[in-house]
Amino acid sequence: MHPAPSVIFFTTFSGLGFGLLFFLGLGFPVVTGWTAFAFFVIAYLMAVGGLMASTFHLGRPERAIKAFTQWRSSWLSREAWCAVGALVLMGLYGLGLVFFGTRWTAFGILGALLSMATVFTTSMIYTQLKTIPRWNMKFTPLKFMSLSLAGGALLAGQTDAALVLLVIAGLVQLYTWVEGDKALGASGTNMATATGLGNIGQVRAFEPPHTGTNYLLKEFVHVIGRKHSQKLRIIALGLMTVVPVLLLALPFSHLIGVLAILSHIAGVLTARWLFFAEAEHVVGLYYGKR
Amino acid sequence: MNQPVIDLSPKVSDEVRKTTCYMCACRCGINVHMKDGPDGNRQVAYIEGNRDHPVNQGVLCAKGSAGIMQVNAPSRLRKPLKRVGERGSGEFEEIEWDEALQIAADWLEPVRRDNPEKLAFFTGRDQSQSFTSFWAQNFGTPNYAAHGGFCSVNMAAAGIYTMGGAFWEFGQPDWDHTKLFMLFGVAEDHDSNPIKMGIGKIKARGARVIGVNPIRTGYNAVADDWVGITPGTDGLFILSMIHCLMKAGKIDLHYLAQYTNAPVLVINNPGQADHGLLMRDENGKELVIDRATGELTPFDKPGVKPDLAATYEKDGQTHRPVFHQMAEMYLDDQYAPEAVADRCGIPAKRIRAIAAELARVAFEESFELDHAWTDFRGEKHNKMVGRPVSFHSMRGISAHANGFQTCRALHTLQILLGTVEVPGGFRFKPPYPKPATAHPKPHVGVTKGAPLNGPHLGFTHGPEDLALKDDGTAARIDKAFTWENPMSSHGLMHMVISNAYAGDPYKIDVLFMYMANMSWNSTMNTRGVIDMLTDKDENGEYVIPKIIYSDAYSSEMVAYSDLILPDTTYLERHDCISLLDRPICEADAAADAIRWPVIEPDRDVKGFQSMLCELGAKMNLPGFVNEDGSQKYADYGDYIVNHERRPGIGPLAGFRGENGDQAGRGSVNPKQLDQYIENGGFFVEHIPDGANYYKPWNMAYQDWAVQLGLYDAPTPYLFSLYVEPMRKFQLAAEGYGPIQPPDHLRDRIMDTLSPLPIWYSTEEDNHAADYPVTALTQRPMAMYHSWGSQNAWLRQLHGHNPLYVPTKLMRENGLQDGDWAKVTSPHGEITVPVLEMAALNENTIWTWNAIGKRKGAWALEEDAPEATRGFLLNHLIHELLPPKGDGLRWANSDPITGQAAWFDLKVRIEKAAAHAESQPGFAPIKSPVGTGPKDLTWKVSK
Amino acid sequence: MTTLPAKTEKKLGLVIDLDTCVGCHACVISCKGWNTENYGAPLSDQNAYGADNSGTFLNRVHSYEVQPAGDAAAQLIHFPKSCLHCEDAPCVTVCPTGASYKRVEDGIVLVNESNCIGCGLCAWACPYGARELDQAEGVMKKCTLCVDRIYNENLPEEDRQPACVRTCPAGARHFGDLGDETSDVSKLVAERGGMDLMPEQGTKPVNKYLPPRPKDEMPEFDVLAPFLEPVAEEPKGFLGWLDKTLEKL
Repeated sequence: MHPAPSVIFFTTFSGLGFGLLFFLGLGFPVVTGWTAFAFFVIAYLMAVGGLMASTFHLGRPERAIKAFTQWRSSWLSREAWCAVGALVLMGLYGLGLVFFGTRWTAFGILGALLSMATVFTTSMIYTQLKTIPRWNMKFTPLKFMSLSLAGGALLAGQTDAALVLLVIAGLVQLYTWVEGDKALGASGTNMATATGLGNIGQVRAFEPPHTGTNYLLKEFVHVIGRKHSQKLRIIALGLMTVVPVLLLALPFSHLIGVLAILSHIAGVLTARWLFFAEAEHVVGLYYGKR
Repeated sequence: MNQPVIDLSPKVSDEVRKTTCYMCACRCGINVHMKDGPDGNRQVAYIEGNRDHPVNQGVLCAKGSAGIMQVNAPSRLRKPLKRVGERGSGEFEEIEWDEALQIAADWLEPVRRDNPEKLAFFTGRDQSQSFTSFWAQNFGTPNYAAHGGFCSVNMAAAGIYTMGGAFWEFGQPDWDHTKLFMLFGVAEDHDSNPIKMGIGKIKARGARVIGVNPIRTGYNAVADDWVGITPGTDGLFILSMIHCLMKAGKIDLHYLAQYTNAPVLVINNPGQADHGLLMRDENGKELVIDRATGELTPFDKPGVKPDLAATYEKDGQTHRPVFHQMAEMYLDDQYAPEAVADRCGIPAKRIRAIAAELARVAFEESFELDHAWTDFRGEKHNKMVGRPVSFHSMRGISAHANGFQTCRALHTLQILLGTVEVPGGFRFKPPYPKPATAHPKPHVGVTKGAPLNGPHLGFTHGPEDLALKDDGTAARIDKAFTWENPMSSHGLMHMVISNAYAGDPYKIDVLFMYMANMSWNSTMNTRGVIDMLTDKDENGEYVIPKIIYSDAYSSEMVAYSDLILPDTTYLERHDCISLLDRPICEADAAADAIRWPVIEPDRDVKGFQSMLCELGAKMNLPGFVNEDGSQKYADYGDYIVNHERRPGIGPLAGFRGENGDQAGRGSVNPKQLDQYIENGGFFVEHIPDGANYYKPWNMAYQDWAVQLGLYDAPTPYLFSLYVEPMRKFQLAAEGYGPIQPPDHLRDRIMDTLSPLPIWYSTEEDNHAADYPVTALTQRPMAMYHSWGSQNAWLRQLHGHNPLYVPTKLMRENGLQDGDWAKVTSPHGEITVPVLEMAALNENTIWTWNAIGKRKGAWALEEDAPEATRGFLLNHLIHELLPPKGDGLRWANSDPITGQAAWFDLKVRIEKAAAHAESQPGFAPIKSPVGTGPKDLTWKVSK
Repeated sequence: MTTLPAKTEKKLGLVIDLDTCVGCHACVISCKGWNTENYGAPLSDQNAYGADNSGTFLNRVHSYEVQPAGDAAAQLIHFPKSCLHCEDAPCVTVCPTGASYKRVEDGIVLVNESNCIGCGLCAWACPYGARELDQAEGVMKKCTLCVDRIYNENLPEEDRQPACVRTCPAGARHFGDLGDETSDVSKLVAERGGMDLMPEQGTKPVNKYLPPRPKDEMPEFDVLAPFLEPVAEEPKGFLGWLDKTLEKL
């Protein structure tokens, strides 16, 4: 898949933002006034900024509102509802904290659940795609949610929770890489089933339909950069989990906290780039490419 | 469910205008759907095939459907151009038509007055040759031809000399009845829609298709059996099958005896001037032994049963029929499958299997049609015997220096099986069958200020027909019809520039060309030709002094011309697809068609032929002016309607006579074009049942053809397994007769002009020992020569052309897809990207032709893939063979017809470092039309 | 509507004959021509006359080389591909706006362009590469099975078929109701063993592909040998045979 910056940015930051909102909603930490304001600004910048970024990859962003209509069947539509629900509830919740110094717990808990639901629906957009075997597994939602929670805990300053969640997220990430590498092979989809010609012999793509490129190749076939994927995986895991965990093990300071967060974000961005760049859409088989 | 409501019956168009496609040479009927655009102008909205049309019956290929992108191509020339910079720079100024025609007349009139041969007028991929040759004839130059010499004259000439018709436009398999279809040769381009339709039809019926082609693409990809033959050995393979079939007696003896010259006696008179000629009576009729009487009898005497076996004794000599010579020749073990297998790259077993399958289908699956018919000897037949084996061939077998004899061998195979003009076999399309003797001979009689003494091109029947001056030198600039290539029926366009440059046989003053991209893909030795076009003599004048060029598009040749006369696109012009030319007939019908301006040009351009009407009148050419000196034909449309070649015979056969109700013959009908338009742009006249097979010998067909004006009298004839004119040239080479070849050509003429088909290798001449790989090109089905690249849709299909390399050569050279390789021939080298292909002869590499473009041409941006990664094989091919060490330079062409031997190209291949661009690179030329727009959202009714 | 109909009245679709397709691209360009002028936005082209040129096409012809086991010759198969109008079309259910839908009356999968936000998710969900986001219009384009031809009363009856089918020179494309067992296309599929592409994806494509017939299986010479039984070994013997045979004619 083409690792579009807008989508990498969107999933990374909305995940972090909603992760932070999750913790805020549950009252970890309970903050009010300017402190609350600061937390909520960060959370909303990330969540809303991510959502805004996602509209950059739309062909017709001015019609984005139509995406709310198909919640019965479409995960993207459900994501839109969850996101709006979470943002509205958490907005009200934040209003209470910032301006009234009151914690409307119900809004907070519901908002927190919807925040996680948003991350879950986002992950389901990818998980549901049988066309991309690397994503089409139960661990994909787990990966999105564990990362969101770990990042949220980091941002929320929940050091102990963060330590545990970072390790879990790291292990889930590691597992999805290992399993993901086998996914296309295990999916049963290959050039033989794609073309139906496998019973004659070994199938090899010859001339592509057009000598030039096309939307499908640009969107779904991303070969460049994969050769560095092992290196990038180490970097991603290091920055995302190992470095923050080591930093958090040190005596806490705000500088260390910020460094841990920055390292984690850089790690997640790298992992997210790999999430797309390494994903093989089965349509690539028609072009003899993965 | 509330689904959106959509309009299921939108308006398709405001009007449908039916004309003829010109996106390639196939000439299908098209429906051009016109819609009123936002500006109120009626524009082309959609193009589809015309269901009623005899050629395509509604279907249309990619090129045809992309016509809309051709008529709006940014490469279209807009106004006459006069060169202001150096040749090749692309520096022009736009001028008015008056000035352009004045310049042309000022250059041409002195030539006509003083020495008409100093004009060379060659018209490329012209579909109006009967008109352009008429113009050239009236001008008086002997130097006229179109592109047949570098295209496929071997195929056309071999067919016509052998059986009075050939493949391509001349004939087609009997798709409705054939059960085994065998297709030879690479470059599956000509007659493309009819062939595809035919293959589809017979495959639906479950008939077998055998493809013989080093490359398994296109038709060969769908063939049931693929024979990946070694290029240039088709003739040997065919002769081996002939060997098998004759040896097994699996030949149609009745057919051979009745309809061919197999029983005709050959004079056996060693050491005399008539040795090897056919025995004739005092009326010139070939003689046979009548099996009934045992007497010497003219072949066409009613009731005669020509004897294939009997010999004739006279004056102590035994004169034997042609068939005896064939038996002696082809039963020889040199043609046994085991003897040819290695050279052909086909296992001996497979050769036998295919020969056996041909025999099985031809004779075991024979059938009869219930059509009674009468042959030319007056014998009545109750039924028509069918032999459901058919053959067809593409350029591949003919573009070799042994191509003429190879095509002859294929026709011989067809005839031995009795599969020509019989149900299930191969059938001619009117005006064929037409024997070589019914065609004109070449004419080169030049008179200053007057027309030539007859048509330029034709068929030679002996040394007396050659186009030689009194001193024995060539009369034509291309040396057609000389001892170097005595049967060069289509001329040799590919030799014009190099001969004119060398002043051999003479210098010319004006080179006038039409749609022939000679400075790029339509020439061998591209770099060399560019140099010849731009080279100057000691006085600083161009060696080829003046070049006039007409083209609709900004091709590479534009930059190398001095005066550009911009042509229209095919939807903006009149044309006729005439029975006098290369018609569009079907085996069951005569047909012709027109083009007409379905849109008006939005540029200051004129149809080439209309412009010639004007220029001809300006120069007072007979045929183009009235008695009072006024212009005779206002434009080409006017010519099409009003010109008569013979009384009652004009360019169009349909809707003749005052009322437009006569077919073939009839007086001029002023409303003829309107009636064509009303009829869908074409005219078709069906051949009656009972007349539509056995045409060369079927009196019902002969009478029908006379009635339609195809002949003036019935012209039945025998198929020439033995081509006597070739023997005449051999006799001259042996020293007989007054017209003698130069000594250095004697051996070659004796060796190659065998009156019975032979095969000879062309490998040594092309240094195959050092260059062991054959390099070929094919034209993609979706492109026509260089035209496709200016088409926004088609160029997405083929924007660059990899070099396809067989798996074995990939491995041997350590190559992988996307690597670059250097390809070297005795003449030059190219460095290009490669792609592996498994379904390919293991010693053959190939690419798509004419995809590579010069930077600056065709209104493409300079970094277009056509110009950066695309390439031509032409750089590797020379118009001359590599030196043999005898001090002479021999043409890289067939010694019989002069056909350019493109496919004899031998090369070496080796891995090279990756390049930024394909090599050789050429400097950009300045585009006279700029470049096209970035993005297209083409829709008339937005 | 994003949910799929439980059942469609017809299953209109294409049957593509891989045994006959010569790879000429006629269908590709005919489709481009019709759908540029008709249904919805024109199919645009980018860098039309320059480098990196690309454009929206609803039908493209691939080609594959297949190497049978042993030393048999490799085969080349031309392979046209467009929307397969799946019964379980994943492209429809993922659509967040309802722009993608499957018609109840004939099963054609369409995009209502005025509702499309160009998110591309339907193209992600399609295993066949049947959907392309038009770069000029920003909406998803796909094969409409020429829904504006097949019922079009402004066209003669015989022309009411998809442009690609009408134009195919080799007759390798067939159009009809694959839900009707008695239709010509259904019979063709039954006779020739029509197959699904990527059946394991569970999309239940309506379009079927007819596999290439076995190739390069001409009987070995031994079977055909009787047809080449020599009548003589030498030219002289041959002429003897000739004389005898002519006698019988």
